[in-house]
Amino acid sequence: MRVNFTVNGVEQTADDVWEGESLLYVLRERVGLPGSKNACEQGECGSCTVYLDGTPVCACLVAAGQAEGREVRTVEGLADGERLDPIQEAFVECGAVQCGFCTPGLLVQAHDLIERVPEPSDPEIREALAGNLCRCTGYEKILDAVRLAAARKAEAGR
Amino acid sequence: MEFLRPTSWGEALAAKADAPGAVPIAGGTDVMVELNFDKHRPEALLDLNRVGELATWSEEEDGRLRVGAAVPYARIIGELGGRLPGLAMAARTVGSPQIRNRGTVGGNLGAASPAGDSHPPLLAADAEIEVESAARGTRMIPAGEFYTGVKRSALAPDELIRAFHVRPAEGPQQFSKIGTRNAMVIAVCSFGLALHPSDQRIGTGIGSAAPTPRRAFEAEEYAAGELDWAGRSPLDERVARRFGELAARAAAPIDDVRGTAEYRLHALSVMARRTLTWAWKDYLNGGATACA
Repeated sequence: MRVNFTVNGVEQTADDVWEGESLLYVLRERVGLPGSKNACEQGECGSCTVYLDGTPVCACLVAAGQAEGREVRTVEGLADGERLDPIQEAFVECGAVQCGFCTPGLLVQAHDLIERVPEPSDPEIREALAGNLCRCTGYEKILDAVRLAAARKAEAGR
Repeated sequence: MEFLRPTSWGEALAAKADAPGAVPIAGGTDVMVELNFDKHRPEALLDLNRVGELATWSEEEDGRLRVGAAVPYARIIGELGGRLPGLAMAARTVGSPQIRNRGTVGGNLGAASPAGDSHPPLLAADAEIEVESAARGTRMIPAGEFYTGVKRSALAPDELIRAFHVRPAEGPQQFSKIGTRNAMVIAVCSFGLALHPSDQRIGTGIGSAAPTPRRAFEAEEYAAGELDWAGRSPLDERVARRFGELAARAAAPIDDVRGTAEYRLHALSVMARRTLTWAWKDYLNGGATACA
């Protein structure tokens, strides 16, 4: 089947999509956006987190056909051209990236948190990221990065 | 395989009648796992995301809430947490934020896993499930009659789940669940409890400790008779303990990868005792409903 949807502001058409295929597979293998990572394929790890019509979801659990006509924003769509999003900058500065496999999902999920909750508490950050696994277990640096990005956003808003 | 995309409830029912083997998909949090791992290859997927009414809820004339099958957990928490506190507590324990953004009570009912988090609060609050087929129209199934076996329900092959109906809490409600961490946990076992002060009754729901979610009738009757509803005197610890024992007696757990039957029975008795203690404390404090 054919799936038409918008990815990072660009209209895309994917052809020969199998009816049981996931949005994640379409993004990575048919649209050429490998930023969203394929790890557990069961919604456990959060590595494939993308925005679907503005809501963070696991792309591996969205059927490709369900994305028809919808807007998807992936980790590739966070930066403004060459300029990194503040959450991405904070991850780099805080050393929140080790092997990097969980990073795209964490960036999207943390981006959503900071958009919704201007000054998140530590429990709020932990809860928001509870569905994103980092097997390098670099969680402390990740928390640092989210705190830094949130603080900068709050500062910029004042 | 086919991908069916009805845009109205009528179209969805017609599609299900034509292809009873079609698997309904809303949030996809269960269905897609089966597909990704090639455990199951249905003749068709029936996408319900385009049937807008399934993602809405309303207040009915009979005083109950009618909640569309595809309202995701995140919205149950955000929009209905105050009126359905037991279900909202259970919803908060579902998966992760990403899963709660997509997963639905309708999907939980359709899967009918004994471990589904929605089931104990639905049982405790006397929920009814509204199902419909093109051929035979609508029928209402009490939650207690909906689950018929491990991952089996009373739903006929040509029927779809449209909504569940439940009275807003008129007394404190509680939910407790055992797992290895807070997020991303399938219940080892779980327990839901609702106080119904106007008819001096208790509702219960046991999760993941029998072939189906089920109520603990004997425990309900025992505690309802022992509690001092009118005088609002404190809960006797012996009553709470006995309630826990009776709740565990209603279960029929097995040993599996998540825990042993013996552990589940013990955990159930503890959860039942604690949830009754918490709920009764709320009741004594005048709480008509537990805070969301």
